Amino acid sequence: MKLIETLISGLSMGSTYAMIALGYTMVYGIAKMLNFAHGDVIMVGGYMIFVTLSATGNPLLGLLAAVLFCVVLGVTIEKVAYKPLRGASPLAVLITAIGVSKLLQSTAQVVFGTAQKMVNVGDLGYLSWNGLTVQISTLVTLGCSMVLMVALSLFVKYTRTGRAMIAVSEDRGAAQLMGINVNKIIMITFAIGSALAAFAGLFMLMKSPSLTNTLGAMPGIKAFTAAVIGGIGSIPGAMLGGLLMGVVEAISLTVPAIAPYTDAIEFIILIVILLVRPTGILGKKRREKV
Amino acid sequence: MLKNIKWKHYISYAVLAIATVVLAILSFSGALKSSSIYMLEKIAISIMLAVSLSMVVGFLGELSLGHAGFMCVGAYLGGKASVLLEPLLGEYPALIVSLLIGGALAALFGVIIGLPALRLRGDYLAIVTLAFGEIVRSVFMNTSTESFGGTLGLDTPRFDKKILFVIALVLVIGCLAVTQNLIRSKHGRAITSIRDNEIAARATGINVTKYKLVVFAISSFFAGVAGVLYSYSNYSVQSANFDYNYSIEILVMVVLGGMGSINGSIIAATLITFLDVQLQTHLTGDLAVLKDIFYALILIVLVIYNNAPALKGFREKYNIRKLFDRFKKHNPSSIKDDEAKWDRVPTKIQMDEVLSVDLQVSSPYTPDKSGKEDA
Repeated sequence: MKLIETLISGLSMGSTYAMIALGYTMVYGIAKMLNFAHGDVIMVGGYMIFVTLSATGNPLLGLLAAVLFCVVLGVTIEKVAYKPLRGASPLAVLITAIGVSKLLQSTAQVVFGTAQKMVNVGDLGYLSWNGLTVQISTLVTLGCSMVLMVALSLFVKYTRTGRAMIAVSEDRGAAQLMGINVNKIIMITFAIGSALAAFAGLFMLMKSPSLTNTLGAMPGIKAFTAAVIGGIGSIPGAMLGGLLMGVVEAISLTVPAIAPYTDAIEFIILIVILLVRPTGILGKKRREKV
Repeated sequence: MLKNIKWKHYISYAVLAIATVVLAILSFSGALKSSSIYMLEKIAISIMLAVSLSMVVGFLGELSLGHAGFMCVGAYLGGKASVLLEPLLGEYPALIVSLLIGGALAALFGVIIGLPALRLRGDYLAIVTLAFGEIVRSVFMNTSTESFGGTLGLDTPRFDKKILFVIALVLVIGCLAVTQNLIRSKHGRAITSIRDNEIAARATGINVTKYKLVVFAISSFFAGVAGVLYSYSNYSVQSANFDYNYSIEILVMVVLGGMGSINGSIIAATLITFLDVQLQTHLTGDLAVLKDIFYALILIVLVIYNNAPALKGFREKYNIRKLFDRFKKHNPSSIKDDEAKWDRVPTKIQMDEVLSVDLQVSSPYTPDKSGKEDA
């Protein structure tokens, strides 16, 4: 019973990671850059939920506000900070992304202060069944993220825009020649990623109500790790990596001997997987050409 | 021989040496306040970190986000060595031995991290170094109180502050000597060629594996030494101080100073640390974070300005170096072939430009003047 409970909470945490990892992996696949600020978009989403919740008391309205704000923020970041660097060295883009991440964190600190905010999204209670006790919010997280992931997969596979995204990720130049507006596709990617980040922000606040300006930093890094483990650029890979990461974290947290080293264990798994399979579990191998 | 020595190459040593001597005299005469001594120590540590990170980021062209992790290894292991060795060897030998131990063990970790660097590139390596930094921090945080202090931190021996910062400055000069000489040697050119085009470098017969490991080892050695100095300077080591934000702060110094410029890194490290200490003492509470906003904006604006393809023309027009060149006397006859300015030559071959075929024919049809007249 304990094992099943652990697995469910792991899958729930993992699905949150997967939502964040999807943002990383889509941007990496399409814009060929590591959006370091993605984790902090979650944090901004969290603050938006906090602001709306304290004004109206409706968590769904908070989610809506967070999604809208994060989409605008994500697109703005892309336009202002990353677009001028298209075609520059990956190192330059990465450093700019780190700068954006720091900027978001410290701006949030100036606006909302260092003290942590308690965000009560609403207690949904527990569900008991045959001696199994599960928080309903855990199940909601798991269910919502599964729906979102399936919707995203269908969107990418069957819509015109989705296929254009695949085309851009495979060969930007060729996609452009086929009449795809690459800038627009990159913008849409950032919008989708940021919207998913806002959802992840809500899920994280449902799990633990404390909100600080570093809410997204560690989950962001872990989700990126998950995306890399799954094979960066691959959407199923990000889901798999995220779920794997969540389950490992949940199991590790229940074993007292290794619980303090949970973060270290996750990162060691990353290093080992990258050494054995540098492209991740589902990643495709790409030949480097001169 | 003396004619070949360029003042430019030695100005950083000269400035640092003079500064060290002057500050040492001031310190022993008691003219320096303890707060200034603390700041000088911090500056020395920052310079060492920035110069060593500049080797990896600016010259090898790999992004490392775990520099604070190497420093953490040096601080804890070197600090522990100093605690154990001080009763046995005495104050000074213990300091020297623990500096070496901290540096060597950090270098060992550098090689261990350098090994994945051989298989991974760019973003992947960045995330592995970041992961390494977090692993190190998490491991030291969960050690027992007797071994490394755990969450309480490790207490290190007290050392005469008036002498410690002089030792730190001397170590900075040593660090500078090693990196400058390496970068300006044949090996340094091999390292920069790996940065510019790894495949081409490999094809030219450069042992990429060896050079990557060497750069990682040297860079993390000095990060470790800086860590030991840090442990002496603060009397204690707290694992929470070596988080990823600290690695970013070092990276900001390197980027602000200019990638691939050691003197730039030194100036930026001095400036940022000075500002940092000043702001820390004068700004309190939530205002302290304004500093972070400032850093973040500097980072974004500088990187976009220096790298955006759209600003290329603007950059070339308003290049600071070119502005300085205007005031210099040009004497072409004094330039010899063997002192080619390799560091100024754009080594990166623009393959697209070389291979592209210009499709825009300027004038597809030019009517003959004489023909026109005939009609």
